Amino acid sequence: MQNLFNTLNNFFLIGLPYIALTVFLVGSIWRYRSTKFKVSSLSSQFLEGRQLFWGSVPFHMGVLFLFFGHLIAFVIPRGVLAWNSHPVRLIVLEVTAFIFGIALLIGLANLVYRRVTNPRIAVVTSRMDYFLLTLLLVQVVTGLWVAYNFRWGSSWFSSVLTPYLWSIFALQPDLTAVSALPWVVKLHIVLAYLIVLLIPFTRLMHFLVVPLDYIWRPYQQVIWYWSRKEVRKAWTPWSLQRPKNN
Amino acid sequence: MDVRAQISMIFHLDKCIGCHTCSIACKNIWTDRKGAEYMWWNNVETKPGTGYPTKWEDQDIYQGGWEKKNGTIGLRGAGKKKGLLNIFHNPNLPVIDDYYEPFTYKYLDLIESPAMDDQPTARPVSLITGKPIDIKMGPNWDDDLSGTPDYARKDPNLHDLSPVEQEAMFQLERMAFFYLPRICNHCLNPACVAGCPSGAIYKRGEDGVVLINQKVCRAWRMCVTACPYKKSYYNWHTGKSEKCILCYPRLEAGYAPACMHSCVGRIRYLGVILYDADRIESTANTDTGNLVDKQLDLLLDPFDPGVIEAAKENGIPDSTIKAAQYSPSYKFIKEWGLALPLHPEFRTLPMLFYVPPLLPVMASLSHQDTAQGEKMDPIAKFWNDNWLYDTSTEDLWGTIEQARFPLKYMANLFSAGDEEKIKTVLKKLWAVRIHRRNVTVGDIAPEKVERALREAGLDAPTADAIYKLTSLAKFDERFVIPPAHREQAIEMLEFTGDTKGSIGFGFKEKAERGL
Ligand code: SF4
Ligand code: SF4
Repeated sequence: MQNLFNTLNNFFLIGLPYIALTVFLVGSIWRYRSTKFKVSSLSSQFLEGRQLFWGSVPFHMGVLFLFFGHLIAFVIPRGVLAWNSHPVRLIVLEVTAFIFGIALLIGLANLVYRRVTNPRIAVVTSRMDYFLLTLLLVQVVTGLWVAYNFRWGSSWFSSVLTPYLWSIFALQPDLTAVSALPWVVKLHIVLAYLIVLLIPFTRLMHFLVVPLDYIWRPYQQVIWYWSRKEVRKAWTPWSLQRPKNN
Repeated sequence: MDVRAQISMIFHLDKCIGCHTCSIACKNIWTDRKGAEYMWWNNVETKPGTGYPTKWEDQDIYQGGWEKKNGTIGLRGAGKKKGLLNIFHNPNLPVIDDYYEPFTYKYLDLIESPAMDDQPTARPVSLITGKPIDIKMGPNWDDDLSGTPDYARKDPNLHDLSPVEQEAMFQLERMAFFYLPRICNHCLNPACVAGCPSGAIYKRGEDGVVLINQKVCRAWRMCVTACPYKKSYYNWHTGKSEKCILCYPRLEAGYAPACMHSCVGRIRYLGVILYDADRIESTANTDTGNLVDKQLDLLLDPFDPGVIEAAKENGIPDSTIKAAQYSPSYKFIKEWGLALPLHPEFRTLPMLFYVPPLLPVMASLSHQDTAQGEKMDPIAKFWNDNWLYDTSTEDLWGTIEQARFPLKYMANLFSAGDEEKIKTVLKKLWAVRIHRRNVTVGDIAPEKVERALREAGLDAPTADAIYKLTSLAKFDERFVIPPAHREQAIEMLEFTGDTKGSIGFGFKEKAERGL
């Protein structure tokens, strides 16, 4: 029994993260390079716009806040711990995060409801979409469950999970602290790996192509196939020139 | 001076018969695919009317185009700030119902129906869900409904016409309408390009065609909002936006775009225009009153040696410069001053120009109007059923002023509200008619013809040239397409027939939707 337990722990908490990261990295690059056409956020707002607002906006806001929350606790655990050293600040952080979690849950629930009930949206929903939505739903519920029942998450994440995650990245996985965690927490961790693994095979791809370069790009874009200065010169060696944009 | 070449189009509205052949030609080639059924890259609207998508001109609803604020212009409903902040949900995005739900009929039900007492019917089914629907809208749902309260009276261009003027327009005996065919304007200051967060939309330097790179589009759908003409469409199936490509594969092969080639009324002209790209920004930024003039100022004289020199500097081939010199667009827009852009106040500097319609104006005389009737030549009264084509009233321009279509309405469409501009154009069109009537029928006093031409700012040879290009022009005169220069035309090198009907032009990948 103990052996099986260990094997499972090793597989899900050491094997899976490596598999997930590899699949994510290789898969995303492959997907971007070979099937670029299919990389899209696949927005369905055009078919239904009103319900989407109450789904998409709280969902994305929640995801963004919580993703960066986890990221910060991973990158600067000491900063988080220092912040939490004052009870008021700790509670402010926890309550804020929980509110965003609830927003995420509400948004997700609305999105699921919309997909299931609207016949037009059903047409543009794949089986993978349903699977992903279910997965996210479970992930959010376990997250909220953990946050509510095992206080205070931001502190113990920084002191217990961060070293574990770092150990994974340092290629010296160390399970001592995590293996003792309750099973819900472990489930939450495992599902997180699963989601990372699924990115290249789902519409989640779109978060990799967030158009941040729009901020510094000039508004207008003109593309010339050939250099305008060279094109009319008799000595321009066409055989050596490659046109732009193709 | 940064001289560039642009393929520019002219639509002569007097000649459009509203047959929709252009729309069908376009649909059959480009948008007969899943997700694109509702798209009409070329559509023909009845004016006054609400158009497609419904009330597209009303930017209070759709928030398209540029607006001038504090001395600079910005996108009204998209742009860097609004575009990125609203990326999860775009509050200004039209939905499919603003266009129409695409449908087909269950034709098989007719064929496979067992013998019954009643005729079998083919029920309409949605092309999205496949379920039976009640058809509520179509792309030309208000075709020819010139006076209806649901359509014509909701035309956004009526907003600043007084109730009296509006009522006059819709009196049963005075009712008139004309057709407005629309395609993407391939603008000089395209709002769709500026609105696209992914940078998927671009203007081709060589000929000014505006295209969406399907591999870079990520369905942020801001171009749909940004384009004030609603000529960028979202394909709900592939999750990509698409728009008119001005049939660039045909252009590169020397053919006219399909809509133009097939146009039954021969209302369409296409040619190269040289313009000064350095002044695009300042032009788009100018006061509303000057917009049209400044936009026309951008277009350069292709015979001017300085312009030719600068064009060569910029790598424009001699053949393109030559095409610009023969361009029918240049003649209509600059030489004759007959063509105006549609809704210049959107500030995208559209490169599709319209010759405003004169005929509805001329139909303003009625038999009952004795005051006008007395001024008419006997020959005009000869057809005593109606005096529609009176060409010889005492006061030359009277009919233009009392048009069935108030000048204000035309001005709202084609000159950002400047009635003088419309009047100038209509006078010219009218003068050409007077002149030609003199040539062919000879029932008008020569002094009167001369006065008409003079007051319109024309002379007899110009009037004849206008007449020729308007009425007699052959294919090669209507479409002066610069040689493609195969060595430069990259899209042409790919074989593109493979994916016809599935993904669009030039794709070798299969048209699968993302996961
Ligand atoms: S008409 Fe619209 S889609 Fe076409 S170039 Fe102008 S802004 Fe872009
Ligand atoms: S084919 Fe020509 S005449 Fe017919 S509707 Fe189109 S633009 Fe008008």
